[in-house]
Amino acid sequence: MIAVLVEVEDGRAALVSQEALTFARGLAGDGDSVEAVVVAAPGTDLSAVVGDCAAYGVARVHVADSAELSSYAAAAWAGVLDTAAGDASVILAGGSNRGSEILAHLATRRDLPMAANAVSARVDGSTTTLQRQVVGGAVIETMTLAASPAILTLAGHAVEPVPADAPGAAEVVTTSPAIAADDLRARVVSVTPRAGGDGASLTRAKIVVGAGRGAGGPDGFGGVDALAAKLGGVVGVSRVVTSLGWRPHHEQVGQTGNRINPDLYVPCGISGAIQHWAGCSSSKTIIAINTDAEAPMVTKAAYAIVGDMHEVIPAILAELDKR
Amino acid sequence: MTNVLVCIKRVPEATGEVSLTADGRGIDGTHSGYTTSPNEECAVELAVQAADGGQATVLTLGPGDAIDQLRSALAVGMTDGIHIEADSDAYGPGDVAREIAAAVRAREAGGTAYDLILLGNDAADTGDFQVGVRLAYALGQPVVTGIQNVSVAGGVATLTGEGPDGTETYEVSLPAVVTILEGGVEPRYPSVMGRMKAKKAPVEVLAPSAAPAGSGRESLTVPPPPPNQVQVLGTGPAAAPAFVSTLVELGVIR
Repeated sequence: MIAVLVEVEDGRAALVSQEALTFARGLAGDGDSVEAVVVAAPGTDLSAVVGDCAAYGVARVHVADSAELSSYAAAAWAGVLDTAAGDASVILAGGSNRGSEILAHLATRRDLPMAANAVSARVDGSTTTLQRQVVGGAVIETMTLAASPAILTLAGHAVEPVPADAPGAAEVVTTSPAIAADDLRARVVSVTPRAGGDGASLTRAKIVVGAGRGAGGPDGFGGVDALAAKLGGVVGVSRVVTSLGWRPHHEQVGQTGNRINPDLYVPCGISGAIQHWAGCSSSKTIIAINTDAEAPMVTKAAYAIVGDMHEVIPAILAELDKR
Repeated sequence: MTNVLVCIKRVPEATGEVSLTADGRGIDGTHSGYTTSPNEECAVELAVQAADGGQATVLTLGPGDAIDQLRSALAVGMTDGIHIEADSDAYGPGDVAREIAAAVRAREAGGTAYDLILLGNDAADTGDFQVGVRLAYALGQPVVTGIQNVSVAGGVATLTGEGPDGTETYEVSLPAVVTILEGGVEPRYPSVMGRMKAKKAPVEVLAPSAAPAGSGRESLTVPPPPPNQVQVLGTGPAAAPAFVSTLVELGVIR
């Protein structure tokens, strides 16, 4: 059995979890089943999540229902996963901060190694050979997990989520696990919703307009803001922009920011360092706007305009207005 | 006053092309140079703020040259260093956590107990995402990961970070382990005075407490860059119509 931690996002199985379920199905051998583990606050409506799990070929969904799970505590979540996963041969989560954190707890509790950011894996008895992203995806490491179960997180957007060909119904098993007091020492005491744009909307956006050093200063974002609004997209920025304090960190795309996977990414005045490419390489189509025709962002793009973003974007906006 | 330990890692700069060592098992930073992981630069800043006159120790496990990264942290306000001298590539995340725990216990035996231990959330090179969690379990302390701001008062750390539904706050009794993500604070630059102090600050050199189990790494490869197939739509503002018609072709607009 392969156990997958499924995170809940807007009442559905999170995108990274759909990716993990797809990956798990690929790992499952003959007669092997995929089971999902969902931990959520009591009273959360999980019917759509269960439906998503079934669509991805999950045979059984373990749902934990305890009053102690009313606010997030990684150790408690890991404890639930530990029990539900039982004697699974592989325990997998999507590559979100939550998924990585919970699996790190689980691996420590079981005194087993864990591999983060896997992109492929082959399980052979008690040895798993896998490839994973290091240095923000600029380098691929081949490593061996000489332990069973294999505990791994999947690199974000490394796998295209694909529902199962012939899904069945998923059996739901509800448990009320006892939570140890020690596992509640570190728990969320309050959540303040973000005002305006946030990182979550960036990671889900279908269109992202990016801006880098070429913006020139904190006042240089009028064009990208207008273009994003016009296209129904979201603004993302490079690390230098947030480091200089021109824009807030939650707008950062990159290894130390958000990993986006939009249909269209329009990076403006972004050179495309490894740090940034780590966050945007899953974009389906990239149209770069840059003064330097040799910049990595341009040479890795499908389309490019060579020019100053402050001259090109107003012309694009005027052109769009004509339509 | 809070006694703070911050753990940092020397990593190769990775802004341009990444090159591998001759045996294909390591990243060669000879030309790119080395730095401290960005998350840990923020951890150092938070440690300096949280210490507030208490002991502020910076620790690394790494080769002799990692003294450079320790000195950088000492130059911005850390008070002393611990250098576990070892080839960090030979150490897996479990090994590193065990070595840090051993150093913490040795300090405790010597009369210094740390109230707060900060680490980077994930190293810029290996991205293992687990040393802080393993360390916390080894020490029997609570752990919170992915934190961007830390404040300490009355034996409790108030921690904030970005969660899926907004900004999350934790209140954790000390001692505790916290891993830091970039974005909450701006690391300060060292002053000339700071650099002078850093040269004289005490750095305790420790040998590893046990042989490493290793990380399981077999080899590294640098994927070839995608072939340059860029289609240049034009130069300057004159390219705007081509941009718009490309959006139409892509189905972004009608």
